[in-house]
Amino acid sequence: MFHFSNIVRTDGDPKIIEGGRSLKRPADQLARALGWFSIGLGVVELFAPRRVTETLGMEGHETIVRAFGLREILAGMMSLSVDKNAGLWARVGGDGLDAAALLSGLTADNPKKSNIALALLMVGGIAMLDYRAAQDTKPRRPPRDARRKLYPNRSGFPKGIESARTAAKQIAAHAKA
Amino acid sequence: MKALVWHGKEDIRCDTVTDPEIQDPRDAIIKVSSCAICGSDLHLFHNFIPGMMPGDIMGHETMGEVVEVGSGVDGKLKKGDRIVVPFTIICGECDQCKRGNFSVCETTNRKRHLAEKVFGHSCAGLFGYTHLTGGYPGGQAEYLRVPFADATHIKVPAGIPDEQLLFLSDIFPTGWQAAVQCDIEPTDTVAIWGCGPVGQMAIRSAVLLGANQVIAIDCLPERLSMAEAGGATTINFETESVVERLNELTDGKGPEKCIDCAGMESHVMASQPDTLLDRAKQMVMLESDRPHVLREMIYVCRPGGIISVPGVYSGFSDKIPMGAFMNKGLTMRTGQTHVNRWTDDLLRRIEEGEIDPSFVITHTVPLSQGPEMYQVFRDKRDSCVKVVLRP
Repeated sequence: MFHFSNIVRTDGDPKIIEGGRSLKRPADQLARALGWFSIGLGVVELFAPRRVTETLGMEGHETIVRAFGLREILAGMMSLSVDKNAGLWARVGGDGLDAAALLSGLTADNPKKSNIALALLMVGGIAMLDYRAAQDTKPRRPPRDARRKLYPNRSGFPKGIESARTAAKQIAAHAKA
Repeated sequence: MKALVWHGKEDIRCDTVTDPEIQDPRDAIIKVSSCAICGSDLHLFHNFIPGMMPGDIMGHETMGEVVEVGSGVDGKLKKGDRIVVPFTIICGECDQCKRGNFSVCETTNRKRHLAEKVFGHSCAGLFGYTHLTGGYPGGQAEYLRVPFADATHIKVPAGIPDEQLLFLSDIFPTGWQAAVQCDIEPTDTVAIWGCGPVGQMAIRSAVLLGANQVIAIDCLPERLSMAEAGGATTINFETESVVERLNELTDGKGPEKCIDCAGMESHVMASQPDTLLDRAKQMVMLESDRPHVLREMIYVCRPGGIISVPGVYSGFSDKIPMGAFMNKGLTMRTGQTHVNRWTDDLLRRIEEGEIDPSFVITHTVPLSQGPEMYQVFRDKRDSCVKVVLRP
């Protein structure tokens, strides 16, 4: 991958000879993949809702499909951001909404109900991936009640704060005079 | 050589790269003895600042020994000199440099066409930063090429440890400039948002410049304890209302001088709905910065007061209360630091034992552990305030 970055480097600047280890975890890669998937699905739902409703035998629900598309795009962008964990949990919630919407179309008189069953199966699989990625990308900040080191002796003034204050006052008085 | 290289969002690696070479007669090469991770490096780590490219070497707080000089350095540096490298690259000859406005040097940004498109005019080239500021390789490496080295250096004497001198490169003059910009009077209360490394330096600077009262605002116990050690009264914004407490400490008048050392990544809290909205907008790229601190400063600052902003902002901020700002007659001063304007004075203060900036260092590790330390510093693990790396 770094060979491309070497090509665009300004002449004379250091180029990568050997790449170091990345600290990215598999969960980070999964979050990225889910983010792009979410955006792709969202674009389809937003701009081709009729294709979606026809496939599912749920004609007349285009508006809700568009709204879901917008939600998918936002959740996808969040999953690609630094706050990917929030984005992934948003996707888990969205999976629930998708499943509920699909179940509402799973009626005996729907000729495409087999497509809905397939879509439900896919939503279930994706939901599992979303949940797994959300669990594995939890922020690693220490808990609020974690024991912290304190630095009460680090004034930065080798001669003491009072000495620094006195010197400042003398300078101010001198300047005024 | 080994160097910390940006590969993408939250992906910094310790790579092996080619050694830097003299490219221009005014260049010098230094062997880095110490370098540090800066809070603004985290903005790059998070990819919040546009213009980074995979392969960029990080780091703009660096010092070391000159090992090679170009023919045009004119004797101002020689092999063996010990120098701190200011993060702003300066020519020393243009109009702005002559005025001491080094961070807006008109010469050194080699990709000025990018900066002009985004900012209207170019600013100085910076080490280890975005390509908007030249895309110069940074100093979190074993060696560093210093362009315009005849002007871009701070010569430092032997006998003082690296830890005391390294921060002349950025955070010490940055905190100092933030305080100087406030025109501090002996009766002033100076409120400082953010007790990270720059905030800590701004606290000490405000004390040295004679502020009557310094108030430091943060939520992390280790940073608040360090602020208190430096002479500040502290406010924990997770447990107290900042506005109420500041008014209480100033007889209801508000602090005359306010300093934003938090910048574009303000803390997000459910009790401050604007921070949640900013975070959501930033996530979906509707806003580049989270300016909660700016809003709070404008709201609480005493009318006629000064707001100083050393914290980094990258692009666009929403809902800035310009009505309050204008009607209260506030003044805002900001900018990247004109490092070399301040360093002679600050070096003298270090030499005379007036201040020892090494107080802020909490972690010192080999360069190879740099990628892990970016995460530790970002997550505030292990009570981390400042990381120094040793190549």
